[in-house]
Amino acid sequence: MTDHTSQAELVRRSLKGRYRKERRFRAYGIVAIAIALAALVTLFTDIVGKGYTGFLKTTITLEVTMDPDLMYLDDPTDPKQVRMADFVAPLVAAVGRALPSATQDDQDALRRLINPYASSELRDALIENPEWMGTTRTMSFLAHSNVDVYVKHKGDAAYSIKLTDQQQAWVDDLRARELVETSFNDVFFTSGDSRDPAKAGVLGAIVGSLLTMIITLVLAFPIGVAAAIYLEEFAPRNKLTDFIEVNINNLAAVPSIIFGLLGLAIFINLFGMPRSVPVVGGLVLTLMTLPTIIISSRAAIKSVPPSVREAAEGIGASKMQVVLHHVLPLALPGMLTGSIIGMAQALGETAPLLLIGMVAFIVEVPEGLFDAATVLPVQVFLWAGSPELAFIERASAAIMVLLAFLMSMNALAIWLRKRLERRW
Amino acid sequence: MIKLNKTFATLALAGTVAVMSAPAMARDTISIVGSSTVYPFATVVAERFGSNTDFSTPKMESTGSGGGMKIFCQGIGTQNPDITNASRRMKSSEFELCQSNGVKDIVEFRIGSDGIVIASSQEADHMDLTLKQLFLALGEKVPQNGEWVANPNKNWSDVDSSLPNKPIRVMGPPPTSGTRDSFNELALEGGCDQLQEAESLSKDEHKAICQSIREDGAFIEAGENDNLIVQKLIGDKDMYGVFGYSFLEENADRLQAASLNGVEPTQANIAEDKYPVARSLFFYVKKAHVGVVPGIVEYASEFVSPRAMGPNGYLKDVGLIVPTREALMELQDKVENMPNLTLNELK
Repeated sequence: MTDHTSQAELVRRSLKGRYRKERRFRAYGIVAIAIALAALVTLFTDIVGKGYTGFLKTTITLEVTMDPDLMYLDDPTDPKQVRMADFVAPLVAAVGRALPSATQDDQDALRRLINPYASSELRDALIENPEWMGTTRTMSFLAHSNVDVYVKHKGDAAYSIKLTDQQQAWVDDLRARELVETSFNDVFFTSGDSRDPAKAGVLGAIVGSLLTMIITLVLAFPIGVAAAIYLEEFAPRNKLTDFIEVNINNLAAVPSIIFGLLGLAIFINLFGMPRSVPVVGGLVLTLMTLPTIIISSRAAIKSVPPSVREAAEGIGASKMQVVLHHVLPLALPGMLTGSIIGMAQALGETAPLLLIGMVAFIVEVPEGLFDAATVLPVQVFLWAGSPELAFIERASAAIMVLLAFLMSMNALAIWLRKRLERRW
Repeated sequence: MIKLNKTFATLALAGTVAVMSAPAMARDTISIVGSSTVYPFATVVAERFGSNTDFSTPKMESTGSGGGMKIFCQGIGTQNPDITNASRRMKSSEFELCQSNGVKDIVEFRIGSDGIVIASSQEADHMDLTLKQLFLALGEKVPQNGEWVANPNKNWSDVDSSLPNKPIRVMGPPPTSGTRDSFNELALEGGCDQLQEAESLSKDEHKAICQSIREDGAFIEAGENDNLIVQKLIGDKDMYGVFGYSFLEENADRLQAASLNGVEPTQANIAEDKYPVARSLFFYVKKAHVGVVPGIVEYASEFVSPRAMGPNGYLKDVGLIVPTREALMELQDKVENMPNLTLNELK
C-alpha cells in the first residue's frame, strides 16, 4: 500500500519536470524553424532588394532627324550603303538639340548618354521603314548603362557613378522634362545575354533551360520508371540485383561535376557531339537525375498495398497486367513528385555544364536542341562575375526568375500529388 | 493501360532517336574558348561583330588560359573550337600538343595588355611599394640572418618603417587563376630576385621559394569573383586586394591602387611596360577552320580594328590597355597575311 502511494507520489513529483522537458523540446523545434525562416527571409530581402531595379530600364526619348548628309545614306534598302553609313551622328545631334547648354566640344560626353546599341536600333528601324529618310521622328532608345545606374542608384554606396558632373546635370535636366524615364524592363525578358548591362536579358537562358529540361524529362522519366518497375517487380533477388541497387544509391550521392566529366568524355569526345548544346546538357543532367527518379519511383511502387496486387492476381491478372493496370497508376503520383524534385535539382545545376561548354557567353536565343545555349543558373554565375556594377542587379533579377521557375515546378509537383494521390 | 505502355515506348524511342541523330554538323557560329581575363574584352568584340555583320555572334566560353589551350589543341573539325584566348603566351609544350593532334597552322595575335593592381579603399593611405617590399610582405619564406624562415612580418611597418603600421592583409585570386600565376611570376618573383639571398638558390629552390605566397592568413584567397574583393575593400580600409586593372577602372571613384617601384598603374604606364606587373593578352586562331566556319577572319579583323583597339576604341572603354599605333598596324597586317606561329618563336 505504502509502495503504491510512493510510486504515485514519484510520478506526481516528476510530472512537472517532464512537462518542462517537453516544453523545452518544443522550444528547440520552434527555434530551429525560426533560424531557418530568418535565413530565408534575409536571403530573399537581399535578393529582392538588390534585384528589383533589374526589372526597370532607363530610356531616353529623342527627336531624331534622319538627315541623309549627316548619315552618308540615301537609300536604306541598299545593304552596301547601310554598312558604310553613320547611325550614331543623328542620335548625338538629337541629344545635343535636347540639351541647349551642350556645345560642339561635348560630342563625346553626349554620345555616352545613349546606349552603344541605339545606333543598331535606328539602323534596323530605317531598313524596315525606308520612307523615314529625311523626316524627324520622336523615338525612344535605351540609355547608356552609366545613365541607367545613375538614375536608379544615385547616392547608393554600393554603386559607383561614372557620369561627369556635367553629364549628371544634363540627365537631371532631361529627367525633369520627362525625356529620360524608367519603365518596366521588357528588354530583360526579350533578349539574350549582352556585355552591355542595359541590353542584357534572360530569354536565351530561359529557352536554354527549357530545352535542356525537355531532354532530361523525355529521357530520365521513362528510363527511371522502367528501371524502377523492373527492379521492384520482376528482378530476382540475388547478389547481382543487390549490387545494382547499392550502386544506384551510390550514384545519387556522386558530386554533380563527375557527371559533367563523364558527359565530356562520352558525348563530346567519343560521340563527337558539339559543345555547348542543350542535347548534351540534357543528357548529362539525365544521368544526374536518374538515380533520384529510380529511388523515388521504387519507394512509390513499394507503398502500393500488397492487397491490391493480391486481389488482381486473385482474379487471374498476369504479372504485367498487375503492374500496368494497378500498381503503376497508383504509384504514379509518387513517381511524378520524385521526378519533378529531381528536375528542379537539375534546373539549378551549373557544375556539370561547365565541362560540356554550356558556361558560355551566348547572345543569340537558341532555336533548337543543337544551337549553342546556356541555362539560368549559369547566367547568374556569369553576371555575378562581370566587372560592370550594373550586372549586380541583373544577376539578382535573374535569381528571382530562376526562383519563380523552381517554385512553379514545385507547385506543379504538389498539385499533381494532390490530384492523383489516393489514400488508403 | 496499354496506351500508357505505348506512350512510354514512344517517348523512349523519341529520346533515343533525338540522341542518335546527333550529326557532326557544320557549324556557322564561331566557337571561342580560353582565358577569363580576355573574356570581358573578347565578348564585347563578339557582340559588336554579331550586331554589325551578317555573321552570327560567336559563342565564348571562359575556361582559363590553360584549359582553353587544351580544348583548342584537341584537333581540327567543327566539334573543336576555332579560337582560344590566353592571358599568357602559348607554351611550347602546348604548341607541340596542338601539332601532334593535327592542329598545324596557328596564328597568334597579341592584343594589348592587362595590369595586375594592388588596390585599397580610397579612404586608406596611399601605399608606395617596391616589389622587394611586396615579396617580404607576402612571400611564404623570407631571408633572416642568411636563413630562409617562415615570414615573421605581421604589419606593413615590419617590412619597412616607411610603410603604414597596419596588419598585412591582402585578398587575391586562388591558384587556379591565371591572374595568380602572373602575380606570382611578375610581382613576387620579381621582388625575390632583388634579394641577395636569392642568388645562391638552385633553380628549383628559387622557383619554390620565390613563387610561394604565405598561407598563415595574411594572404586571403577570395575565389574567382573579383567583385567580392572590391566589396570587401570598400568596407574595410585596412584590406588590400589583388585583381586585374579593369576592375580598378570600373571602381575608380572608390578604389585606389598602390604604386609599384614608384609607378602608378595607369593605362599609359601599363601600355609602355613601365608598370612592373603587366602581362600581354593573346588570342590564337586555328587556320584550318578559316573558310570552314564563316566569319573567323572578319572577327579577327574587327578585334584589331581601330574602332575596337584604337586610342578611342570601345575596348579601351572596358579597361583594355590598348596597343601602340605601330603594334596595331602590325596586327592588321597579320589578319591579312595570317602567318603561322612557329615553335622557335615560343622558345
